[in-house]
Amino acid sequence: MFVEQTLDNCIKCNICVTECPVAAVTDKFPGPKYEGPQAARFRQPNQPLTDASVDYCSGCRVCNMVCPTGVRIAEINARARADMVRKGAFGWRARLRNNLLARSELLGKIGQPIAPLANALLQNPLGRLAAELTLGIARHAPLPAFSRERFTAWYRAHQATSAPKGKVVYFHGCSTEYYEPRVGRAAVRVLEANGFEVIIPPQNCCGLPLLSNGEFDAARGYHRRNVNSLVEYARQGIPIVGTSTSCTLTLKEEAPELLDAFDEESRLVAEQTFDLSEFLLNLHARGELNTEFRPITLRAVYHPPCQYRAHRVGRPSLELLRLIPGLDIVESQAACCGIAGTYGFKAEKYEIAMQVGQPLFDLVRATGGPIAICDSETCRWQITHGSGVPSVHPIELLALAYGYEPEGVLSQLNL
Amino acid sequence: MRTVQTEVLVIGGGATGAGIIRDLAMRGFDAILVEKRDLTHGTTGRYHGLLHSGGRYAVKDPKAAVECIEENRILRRIMPHCLEDTGGFFVVTPWDDPDFGDTFMEGCRKAGIPVEEISVAQMLREEPLLNPNISRCFRVPDAAADSFLATRLNAESAREYGAHIWTYHEVRDLMMDGQRVIGAVCHDLVRDEEVRIYADMVVNAAGAWAGKIAAMAGLDVHITPGKGVMVAINHRVLNTVVNRCKMPSDGDIIVPIHTVAVIGTTDVKVSDPEHFAIEPWEIELMLDEGEKLVPGVKNMRILRAWAGVRPLYQETKAVDTRDITRAYTLLDHETRDGVSGIITMTGGKWTTYRQMAQVTVDRVCEKFGVQRECRTHLEPLPGAEKHGGYHWLGARFADVERRQAYGDLICECELATREDVERAIVQGDAKTIDDIRRMVRLGMGPCQGGFCTFRAVGLLHRLRHPDVEDANAALRDFLQERWKGLLPILWGQQLRQERLDELIYLSVLNVDHLPGPKATPLAPVMYDPPTGEEPQARV
Ligand SMILES: Cc1cc2nc3c(=O)[nH]c(=O)nc-3n(C[C@H](O)[C@H](O)[C@H](O)COP(=O)(O)OP(=O)(O)OC[C@H]3O[C@@H](n4cnc5c(N)ncnc54)[C@H](O)[C@@H]3O)c2cc1C
Ligand code: SF4
Ligand code: SF4
Repeated sequence: MFVEQTLDNCIKCNICVTECPVAAVTDKFPGPKYEGPQAARFRQPNQPLTDASVDYCSGCRVCNMVCPTGVRIAEINARARADMVRKGAFGWRARLRNNLLARSELLGKIGQPIAPLANALLQNPLGRLAAELTLGIARHAPLPAFSRERFTAWYRAHQATSAPKGKVVYFHGCSTEYYEPRVGRAAVRVLEANGFEVIIPPQNCCGLPLLSNGEFDAARGYHRRNVNSLVEYARQGIPIVGTSTSCTLTLKEEAPELLDAFDEESRLVAEQTFDLSEFLLNLHARGELNTEFRPITLRAVYHPPCQYRAHRVGRPSLELLRLIPGLDIVESQAACCGIAGTYGFKAEKYEIAMQVGQPLFDLVRATGGPIAICDSETCRWQITHGSGVPSVHPIELLALAYGYEPEGVLSQLNL
Repeated sequence: MRTVQTEVLVIGGGATGAGIIRDLAMRGFDAILVEKRDLTHGTTGRYHGLLHSGGRYAVKDPKAAVECIEENRILRRIMPHCLEDTGGFFVVTPWDDPDFGDTFMEGCRKAGIPVEEISVAQMLREEPLLNPNISRCFRVPDAAADSFLATRLNAESAREYGAHIWTYHEVRDLMMDGQRVIGAVCHDLVRDEEVRIYADMVVNAAGAWAGKIAAMAGLDVHITPGKGVMVAINHRVLNTVVNRCKMPSDGDIIVPIHTVAVIGTTDVKVSDPEHFAIEPWEIELMLDEGEKLVPGVKNMRILRAWAGVRPLYQETKAVDTRDITRAYTLLDHETRDGVSGIITMTGGKWTTYRQMAQVTVDRVCEKFGVQRECRTHLEPLPGAEKHGGYHWLGARFADVERRQAYGDLICECELATREDVERAIVQGDAKTIDDIRRMVRLGMGPCQGGFCTFRAVGLLHRLRHPDVEDANAALRDFLQERWKGLLPILWGQQLRQERLDELIYLSVLNVDHLPGPKATPLAPVMYDPPTGEEPQARV
């Protein structure tokens, strides 16, 4: 109930409406004030459905951040969508599509072992056209490529170094596991360079894509299993860190709030969860961060993802990057890249997502660096798709600055 | 001055008057209704919103209980679109006598009110915010009722049958010919002119003002206005009407109606039906009592407070009174006082308005020496068939979504579109913004007119072209009206809202200093406390 109760805080000031990136580009979405605190007064369980427009909320949470009175607008919207799913407002095709997009873990499990074949299929224009026509997955949307090797496979073979500073649990998330294990490798290296032993307990998808598609029951199962697997570490006071800002946000507050999961175990896990940059910057504040960075001469845009801003921890990645000599970072003030998790992958929302991201794409192009930097995987894919500039996670630059071999696009840059 | 002739003149445009004029018109009488302000300006527009099942009176007043359940069944048939079928609970809280539950059940059975005891677990499944320490719960067919709409539809139906409804016509005197009332001298507040209406029969349906009207014919009808205060919570904390299962008293009912939940009421005798204040202790009492039903309600956002006055009738003359039931009273002044040409209908409840009208018009027929059958219980109010069922909370929202009209909202909180407001001005002939409010719920949501008042004035100006001074005054009238209901609850979240509204109107629009009069003669006068009077203490 907590989420809906916040509707009473609204003073109708319209600030959220002026800042919502989706409302700014489409008439299909009346905006956060309308969908959130206003519509919530008209929604009643056990009554016929009334919402259609709320599905156009991307869940970027810009509204939450700007609201001066603390209305949990994005969560109200997410719960309204979940209510629609429960009451069968979406046809089977949309449900199937949304579930396909939202089950990145399942996709990874199927696609990754046959990566070359799967990738060929996913990048095939005819296949993509068919997917758009049958399922409504936008044919131009930036689907990632499966990685040849899973991150955890690499990790098992990896030789840990000595760990005088203690242990850290790493929540890698689906994207690191199946698509971009290089981000996970960078994270492990950076943590080890700071004297930590990295533990990777069994874990599954954080459930956020399901939450943002209104598939709450499925998300509840995922969250429960993660909490079960992480709670022992949390009890011992071992920090849980992640490189995917949406996974950590989900563990911190999205899952508990949206699912009313306010049990002791969820709370313990939430309290011990940190975004990796947030964790490293805390180390730095205590004078414990290894700052032996080698210079990297590079100019690039850094875009703080919406999900990261929702952590309300400032811009830790930006501050860390600024510790690296030679790096010239241009901070993006753009509201959102548009993709918002699975949103921009949907045929009916693709154009909206591209328009939302346009100011950011323009900035990236105008800045002219060889890469863009962003903490969130789907945002990186979208930035690259929209601007043509490859994107990396900040931790990859930190790993590079500690002297590790560059991977991916960084290896081609001769830095 | 205008002069008009009619068969029956009805004074008072509340539920009772509107019910009477419809019945009169349906039975073929030539009739005019005059109301000094807008329809529902009186108690009908300031009540609690409950279509009684009769449960509330089952023990204390069995006759009233029977009337309620009879009318409850009829109104569900003829005006489902004015009702929300919320159902009602009677709950035994830790502050109530647990044995009263059995007395209550017994009373309901005797009155013919369907009643069923349900488990507390079931109650909490349906209404999770109710106090978990409630020990018993009974389900009855209470419902929520929109009296603005119902009254307007009664008037509309009456018009279709040829009656005239004249709002903003205030009765200033009754015209007499010896011991006979032959009509009324009215003042048209909009045109500022006198209108004499000659009638064969005058029906006094002026609610708490009925004594004042009667006095114009030298009749002594003693009406004590009994004030009741209600407090609205910003959203529907409940979707079922919840009553305390005990003898009726203060603050023991919460009614979910439209987008709010309303706690009520108090009962304080006041000297004047128009001039009374909402006292701080009344608000406090409502919240204290509300807290017993819904723990935490005290800390929720309170939207507004309002008050209405019950017409409490005390018979001063023992002889010749037709005490129809204890719930409402029809006074035949010919037999009671020897003054013919006038009857008074007063007391009662909103729920029983139709029966009151029927009884009144039966008497009118008797007086005219005709026999015409009442059909108001058979024929639905306009729009009922087309609408097809009960009103439901999300209906407006669904409508806006279906028409994708969200870009065209004038009142964003209550979802009144431009089309709605224009219709209220043009077809509804709204004279003030407050009239528009009663038709489309403009300004009744959380921001209490903060964002819709200036838009509505803009539309009014565009469609009616009043002088700018008059438009300014209309704006001030409405802000003032909203403000009066806000003053008693000005803390927390609503205070924050009012600070913003204040900035909009006083700082940005400079409303206080716009050219034009401070207020118009049409401005609502409610809640202006009588000057020099002590605050009313709790009785
Ligand atoms: C606080 C409170 C809560 C209530 N809650 C409920 C409830 O939940 N359910 C229920 O069934 N009943 C309820 N009632 C009772 C119900 O509201 C009233 O019984 C009913 O509305 C009375 O309607 P009416 O038409 O008789 O009076 P009114 O609505 O008061 O109508 C009288 C009209 O006469 C007009 N008038 C006065 N003087 C003149 C004049 N000189 N010239 C022309 N017109 C004039 C007034 O402006 C007014 O509009 C409640 C009453 C109160 C006080
Ligand atoms: S979450 Fe983003 S898209 Fe949704 S209402 Fe808020 S600002 Fe708009
Ligand atoms: S920013 Fe917050 S307070 Fe302002 S309109 Fe939006 S939800 Fe309401």
